[in-house]
Amino acid sequence: MGVAIEPGLDFAPLVIGDREFRSRLMVGTGKYSSSAEMMRAIDASGAEVVTVAVRRVDLDRGREESILHDLDPSRFFLLSNTAGCYTADEAIRYARLARAAGFNEWVKLEVIGDEETLLPDTAGLLEATRTLVGEGFKVMAYTNDDLITALRLEEAGAVAVMPLASPIGSGLGMLNPHAIRTIKKRLSVPVIVDAGVGTASDACIVMEQGVDGILMNTGIAAASDPVRMATAMRLAVDAGRHAYLAGRMPRREVAVPSSPVEGMLES
Amino acid sequence: MITLTVNGAPRELARNSTIASLLGSLEIDPRLVVIEHNRSILRDRDEYPERELSHGDVVEIVHFVGGG
Repeated sequence: MGVAIEPGLDFAPLVIGDREFRSRLMVGTGKYSSSAEMMRAIDASGAEVVTVAVRRVDLDRGREESILHDLDPSRFFLLSNTAGCYTADEAIRYARLARAAGFNEWVKLEVIGDEETLLPDTAGLLEATRTLVGEGFKVMAYTNDDLITALRLEEAGAVAVMPLASPIGSGLGMLNPHAIRTIKKRLSVPVIVDAGVGTASDACIVMEQGVDGILMNTGIAAASDPVRMATAMRLAVDAGRHAYLAGRMPRREVAVPSSPVEGMLES
Repeated sequence: MITLTVNGAPRELARNSTIASLLGSLEIDPRLVVIEHNRSILRDRDEYPERELSHGDVVEIVHFVGGG
């Protein structure tokens, strides 16, 4: 199910670090009601990058099994996160464990500062970024929409900076488009908006700011029909990217007629 | 017998147990997990049969689950 695109209007690949990706939509794998539904939604999203979390194996087999039972690591680029980590040391430990799984040296780095808002602890995030970059990790850093933190993360060697649209799992959409645009304008590394996208229009508006991509999980997984929402998100990300590249018309406070004012009949 | 902490809970094992024998007894596929033994991550799965466990050791067995 595709939308025919005029020749020459294809997107350039998204380059992060030493990798190229065709899809600008990255998706999480949490909160799905079944692994079959998750796989159908991921396929519908067209995502190549999928995030996973590191957790203890449940030795009593009460909790879910390894996601690798369902997710073929040869088909997707597994991006491990450090979700749930509240200190730099903890996030570093999770990143190292993920790398030992042997797929890649990439990490979606989260250092959370507050349980209620899940907003990032930017001081801890910078500290963990420096350490992990020093160990050869490719760090994609989940941060707030603060320009200065984004600049410091880039200086610390992050391969991508991931400002939030709004708090994780909130579905509030992009709360500060100006801040997101400013970060995109000032950074050289890719800017991937992560968290807060609730529906397709949110994704489209995020992409219209000129950012390089979006990572989302709950916006798809918590929809009544995740497979259809994944489809909508894929189309919205593409639509927003096209609109950004097309260059929008200027906003005006006055109306300007679209039809000729000459040639009207005399009244 | 020796007593270890495995994934946060005490567990009794025979003397001369190794990471490989622990995984075997738990019916865990070594290819799907990562092991941390006394806070040190085992980077090489070939190490599992040789890595012996002692009384009081702390072992973490982790894997990838769904996450955002």
